[in-house]
Amino acid sequence: MLTFNKKIANLKFPKTPTGIQGLDVITNGGIPKNRPTLLLGDTGCGKTIMAMEFLINGITSFDEPAVFLSFEEKTSELEMNVRSLGFDLNKHLGNNKIYLEYMPINREAVRETGKYDIEGLFVRLEQAIMKVKAKRVVLDSLDTLFYGFDYKILRTEFKRLLSWLKDKNVTAIITGEKGDAFHTRDGVQEYVADCVIILDNRVENQVTTRRLRIVKYRGSIHGNNEYPFLINEKGITVLPINNDALQQKSSSKRILSGIADLDIMLDKKGFFIGSSVLISGTAGTGKTSVATTFAYSACNNDYRCLFCAFEEAPNQIIRNMRSIGIALEPIIKSGHLNFYYARPTLQNLELHFIAIKKMINELKPSVVILDPITNLMTEGPNSDVRSMLTRFVDYLKIEQITVMFTAAITVGSIERNPSDEGISSMVDTWMMVQDIEVDSKRTRSMCIMKSRGMLHSSEVHRFNITKKGINLLPIVIPKSKLLSGAKRTEKEHQNLSTSRESIGIK
Amino acid sequence: MSKKVFPNVNLAKADLTVGQRYILQLFVTGVSPNSMRAIINIKLICEKYLQGRYELEIIDIYQQPSIALKEEIIAVPILIKKFPLPEVRMIGDLSDIDMVLEGLHLI
Repeated sequence: MLTFNKKIANLKFPKTPTGIQGLDVITNGGIPKNRPTLLLGDTGCGKTIMAMEFLINGITSFDEPAVFLSFEEKTSELEMNVRSLGFDLNKHLGNNKIYLEYMPINREAVRETGKYDIEGLFVRLEQAIMKVKAKRVVLDSLDTLFYGFDYKILRTEFKRLLSWLKDKNVTAIITGEKGDAFHTRDGVQEYVADCVIILDNRVENQVTTRRLRIVKYRGSIHGNNEYPFLINEKGITVLPINNDALQQKSSSKRILSGIADLDIMLDKKGFFIGSSVLISGTAGTGKTSVATTFAYSACNNDYRCLFCAFEEAPNQIIRNMRSIGIALEPIIKSGHLNFYYARPTLQNLELHFIAIKKMINELKPSVVILDPITNLMTEGPNSDVRSMLTRFVDYLKIEQITVMFTAAITVGSIERNPSDEGISSMVDTWMMVQDIEVDSKRTRSMCIMKSRGMLHSSEVHRFNITKKGINLLPIVIPKSKLLSGAKRTEKEHQNLSTSRESIGIK
Repeated sequence: MSKKVFPNVNLAKADLTVGQRYILQLFVTGVSPNSMRAIINIKLICEKYLQGRYELEIIDIYQQPSIALKEEIIAVPILIKKFPLPEVRMIGDLSDIDMVLEGLHLI
């Protein structure tokens, strides 16, 4: 895969980067340079926004001036609409970097008296391109243009427009409605455009997801899948599959778990930096406490941490952690700890990941905590969730971010929990917390199921949550007689000291 | 407004536009076939139906591109009846004479 990609890169098919997060990855570098691209989709898919972001990125990142021809929205409306997405058109208009033109099309007011063409559009477009020396052009949208004129004429005219755009050496995006009617009736996209991208807006389980698909791309390989994308106040993000998972670096550096006893179990040094850690367990076994303790310790060691809470609101976590002696406020204030809080049902799983990814790009944390991922699993079929998680873990590994998931499992299904199986193969360290019965008492226990690349304890430890944090003790199972009260404590201490001696710690 | 099969000047005189001066603008693109046909057609129509009471301006938008924006022109050739009001726009090479006369309120 890697060498394959390199070969492709050597071909140097000229491309214009869109600057839209993720889209350039899917297209292997952008849309065809100096050629027109069709951007199709139903109303409300984000065609105009995507086209506009392509232009704005061109101005800000690549110094390529732009022209936006609108058949639909007036320029003032357009400015207003894109301002809500953080694009300041006025600034670029002032610098003569972008030129907007509104071409109203009114079929009723015009009568046809014979043959005609749309040379007027060409003349105006040429003027516009000359005005700002544009390298990028958007026509929005084709359907409005087609509505105004005779189809037979426009079909040939559209073909002419595309070749004209090629001659002008501009990279163009032309938007249009999707729908079968458009394709068959006008037969436009099949033969004229070099690149066709379809946007789509679908509702599944009452959650709307926008998706993007590249239908055709002459002369270049591209991702064939449907990729979810997100529009928010910072523009558009497309979530691609990372195909460079092989480029992961494997660090041998360690990060402490924040629980001294757990670090001892993990070869005395804690987790690997950039590894993925899973804590699974039944309800109420202290998964969130373990995760928060890890976050707390990481923050105090001057790492940044992003805590993605899908169950409890940040304030609730802060309050609950206070009860075990962990004060989160100072590290929140100092900016070390940040929260992403969202109900899983708020949006599609992929979109959660896109949102988290965006936050990661901004915050550059060293530690990410997802608590719990099982809540996300309610959204969508298990296979989807698994592939999404794999992608996400790959991404985090490339970024050398240590990730800790918590997963809630139901009693009795520990061995055969499908979600666990799916996740456990992709995590590096898997810890299980569960309630076991010792001495006719429910006791929290913790064991390390696996931990790649390190010697680790295989003992089941008693897991205590105290006012001063979490500690782990070896489980005391009396062989001769039941112990209780002071005797039990004594025996525990005895066991503790011997077990510590055995691994060389005093 | 009555409509006859064969439009002629006598009928047009019954209209409100009797004796009105006409101001027409025809926008063309160079010497393209459509433009040439439109120029010939409009000249014939004007001479036949509006003799002595019309001003016809033929504008090549290749020569004056900025006017295309000002007049919001997309399709060419286009004939714009500036006066008498209301303004009427007709696109095409003006070969559909009936359509043109109707647009000019001459039938």
